[in-house]
Amino acid sequence: MEGFVQQLINGVSLGSIYALIALGYTMVYGIINLINFAHGDVYMVGAYVGFYLTTSMGLGFIPSLILSMVVCALLGVVIEKLAYKPIRKSSRIAALTTAIAVSLILEYGMMAWVGAETKTFRSDLLPKTSISLFDGNVILEAKNIYIIAITIILMILLQFIVYKTKVGKSMRAVSQDKEAAELMGINSDRTISFTFAIGSALAGAAGVMVGAYYNSIHPLMGMAPGLKAFIAAVIGGIGIIPGAVFGGFFLGIIETFVSFAGASTYKDAVAFLILIVILIIKPSGLLGKNVKEKV
Amino acid sequence: MKNLEMLNIKNIIIKLILIILFYFISSFMLEQGIIPPHIESNMFFIGINIILAVSLNLINGFTGQFSLGHAGFMALGAYASAAVTSIYGKDFVFGILAAAVITAIAGLIIGIPTLRLKGDYLAIATLGFAEIIKVLLENYEKFGGAAGMSDIPFYTTWPWLYFSVIITIVLISNFIKSYQGRACIAIREDEIAAEAMGVNTTYYKVLAFVIGATFAGIAGALYANRIYYIKPGDFSFMKSIDILVMVVFGGIGSVSGAVVGTLILAVISTALQDAMEYRMLIYAFILAIIMIYRPQGILGKNGFKSIKRRVRKLFKKEEKANASIKG
Repeated sequence: MEGFVQQLINGVSLGSIYALIALGYTMVYGIINLINFAHGDVYMVGAYVGFYLTTSMGLGFIPSLILSMVVCALLGVVIEKLAYKPIRKSSRIAALTTAIAVSLILEYGMMAWVGAETKTFRSDLLPKTSISLFDGNVILEAKNIYIIAITIILMILLQFIVYKTKVGKSMRAVSQDKEAAELMGINSDRTISFTFAIGSALAGAAGVMVGAYYNSIHPLMGMAPGLKAFIAAVIGGIGIIPGAVFGGFFLGIIETFVSFAGASTYKDAVAFLILIVILIIKPSGLLGKNVKEKV
Repeated sequence: MKNLEMLNIKNIIIKLILIILFYFISSFMLEQGIIPPHIESNMFFIGINIILAVSLNLINGFTGQFSLGHAGFMALGAYASAAVTSIYGKDFVFGILAAAVITAIAGLIIGIPTLRLKGDYLAIATLGFAEIIKVLLENYEKFGGAAGMSDIPFYTTWPWLYFSVIITIVLISNFIKSYQGRACIAIREDEIAAEAMGVNTTYYKVLAFVIGATFAGIAGALYANRIYYIKPGDFSFMKSIDILVMVVFGGIGSVSGAVVGTLILAVISTALQDAMEYRMLIYAFILAIIMIYRPQGILGKNGFKSIKRRVRKLFKKEEKANASIKG
């Protein structure tokens, strides 16, 4: 029982990271039908920005989190304008190849810039206190609480932006029908840029939190979580915001339990197996609606 | 009609002569040591990559099914041949046969459920299968687990590789021109319309997938018996991406495009060998620029024909210009 609760805490922490990255994937896919392979690398850039803000500038956790989100939002907009806007009408494969190229540029650009070695985050960013539960058998650390709380706050904020603001309304409109939204006077280019900005900011936040949680970062750190977050988005139903959150937590918890059961070398295979089973049974995702294709 | 047939036979004979001539020249140069060793090893990898790119192009380019799992089939083929030739000590022929049979079966098992999916979903599902194959190999201790297999006998000689490449190109080019190949192209153009015209879309999609997988397995066998040492990490997601890039770079949906794309990328990456740190960066920039300004790839869908057409157009323009000057 204690082990179960402990793993659940770890799983939810890992899941919140997946969920934050998955949100960016799902929003971008929802609006321009592109798997943004570079999204995992925006998360990596976020972690590096957080690293320099905390070590070189000596900023605290929350200010560097917010600044890193801003930097990543700008990066997302730049990527969209330079790389994805010209290929919006190209074939799927050309678009995906461009996304892969952007991902490689970010990874190896960062490697050429700061070096390939692993960097270590300051370890005093998050308070070291912890709460013991079940007579000390389960430890709830402050950093777990921070990660989960910040994720929930960001999700509430996102929910507010998407459902209560004008910009969110135009995002929903463009993702439903771009042409019709343009006819209603919505500037779709600006809306798409805004979507990239929000998605990238969330990835940046995830990057800083992972840096503070696991303490080490390197230029290729975005690849694996990027794929996992994408799986999470597909599990929940790509293009659906609550689906990405659900998928992220689901995948994080499953992965932690697979590792706990002693099969940690199989955890990637389990993630992909779940993905394939869900794709075959219900391609629109667990929370998705079935859409019939019209001729 | 007879003239056309004659022309066709003439064409085939010329091509055959060229193939054999090039074979003798290249093997003579290899035997005499005129080609330096690093270029020689590059030639082998280019050959293997051509098989991979042409076979992936059959799935992605001609049938329009977005597969991102080619490295998984290559891994299966490599391990099958490595096991047959090193653990069981059999001939290379059996290694290649084992690789082809196992990857064909794997292609069938993976293809039947996943090919119902479309576009990006299919890409992710095939990627998932390739990753699962990798994880299973990493956990299979008999094949060395994550550390990999070593002491694989060296069997991939130049004739083996050269004729495997030629056979792959000839078989796949002819498949595309056959009834089955045209059915595949119809599926790419419009799946629903093809189905309405009586094409059994599932059958042809699975067929193309299995053929592509089989050739990837053969490429894996050639790779394993060339390089002495293989590990599951060699066949990661990045390898699938590499193969996809070769196809997209040259021109998706054309056999010559896949070959040219592979050659150009090999030249680029050899030329950048000295620029270690910036190699991948420059490579990625070239890729992004090509995709943004020429999304159909360097040669495009029509392969060499598009270049011929363009050259002809150029000459015509000149003629016209000359005529107008005279007039």
